[in-house]
Amino acid sequence: MDLSTPLGDEVLALRAGDRVSLSGTIYTARDEAHRRMHEEGIPFEPKGAAIYHCGPVIQNETIIAAGPTTSARMNACSTFLIDAGVKALIGKGGMGRGVAEQLFGRGVYLAFTGGCAALAASRMQLKGVDFEDLGMAEAVWAIELDHLPLVVGIDSRGGDLFDRVMRRASMRFRTMRHPKPE
Amino acid sequence: MPPDVLARLRRAAASETSEVARQELQNIFANIEEAERRQIPICQDTGVMVVYLTVPPDIPFSGRLGDAVAEGVARATGEVPLRPNVVDPIARHNTGTNTGQGMPVVHVLPGDQITVTVLPKGAGSENVSRTAMLLPSQQAEIPRFVAETMLLAGGKPCPPVVLGVGIGSTFDGVAALAKEALLQPIDAMDPFEQMICDVVNSLEIGPMGLGGATTALAVKVKTADCHTASLPVAVNVQCWACRRATEIVEVP
Repeated sequence: MDLSTPLGDEVLALRAGDRVSLSGTIYTARDEAHRRMHEEGIPFEPKGAAIYHCGPVIQNETIIAAGPTTSARMNACSTFLIDAGVKALIGKGGMGRGVAEQLFGRGVYLAFTGGCAALAASRMQLKGVDFEDLGMAEAVWAIELDHLPLVVGIDSRGGDLFDRVMRRASMRFRTMRHPKPE
Repeated sequence: MPPDVLARLRRAAASETSEVARQELQNIFANIEEAERRQIPICQDTGVMVVYLTVPPDIPFSGRLGDAVAEGVARATGEVPLRPNVVDPIARHNTGTNTGQGMPVVHVLPGDQITVTVLPKGAGSENVSRTAMLLPSQQAEIPRFVAETMLLAGGKPCPPVVLGVGIGSTFDGVAALAKEALLQPIDAMDPFEQMICDVVNSLEIGPMGLGGATTALAVKVKTADCHTASLPVAVNVQCWACRRATEIVEVP
């Protein structure tokens, strides 16, 4: 499914494990940007927006590398964004149960492949920046995206692909017999 | 990317039946091509440099050797460029050069010629690596310990991973063995390595923790003798971007 920002209720129909592509404007935010936006306000229209957990490498106003960072670090600081109307959080590794509950009936978490910084950059164009004083990795960069291939990690009904995979892995581990070296 | 790692990634792509896992691997291939085309790093975490030197008997072994390696790392940080990742462990001040106290890590061995092997080690996978002092009677637990390491890690180390397993030596030595195991080509595994790899893959954590047949591309084991009352085991986790290179240095 092809999605583009601003996102609307079409994201509510997505299910964990669906593959989507995303186009349109997204905003990068890591730990420091979340803190600043919480204190000073969100510098862009949050309704229908998509947040990308990413600290890009930017040289001469060109995006060189923009792979996803570990989303779980933002578990405790994403509520205000979802409350303000943000419809999609993008990153790697999944997010906690609390975030899945906040996304219920409101939005989704989309996973991008860890380490794929060059691929991401090839689908991006830089549009602007806020909070540049936070430094390159922590600033909020506005980026125009052209069909980034993503997977729905958490859907708006509480479905969580990461959680499902790890529950199955735990069960397999618990029932594993001791394999004997040959 | 070393050809043996690419070959394993291709094999993984051929064996995945889940559409999600296939897309993750397609993204990885597209990323490797894009990085190659634009001559930029494969991942923004260019790691900390772990360097292995071999030095022939006619080359004097002195502190200058370590200085030369550090100088090379600092130059590469500016020229490639590499992300400056090295910080003071307590103050967290970044040195800006990927060098500092004890950094880069340099291991020196005697050899016939000067060789320099570099393993840039990213933090996502390094952070989920583990060491255990098992009892000598717990030998059969080793595959389970490796599998448990991946169970605790989940998608965090950016699977499909390569697992370097050290067995034996001492508390400090076993971690070094696990890292050295990552230097071995991964296009072949012995039956013990294959068995551990199959156990890990039976968890079906899959690429990026999104589920699938390939959690580990390969398991490589390196052993050393140990104390009769010990069984040290270490697992060094490496993300799919298993970057390593060796250069022979000609002495004029």
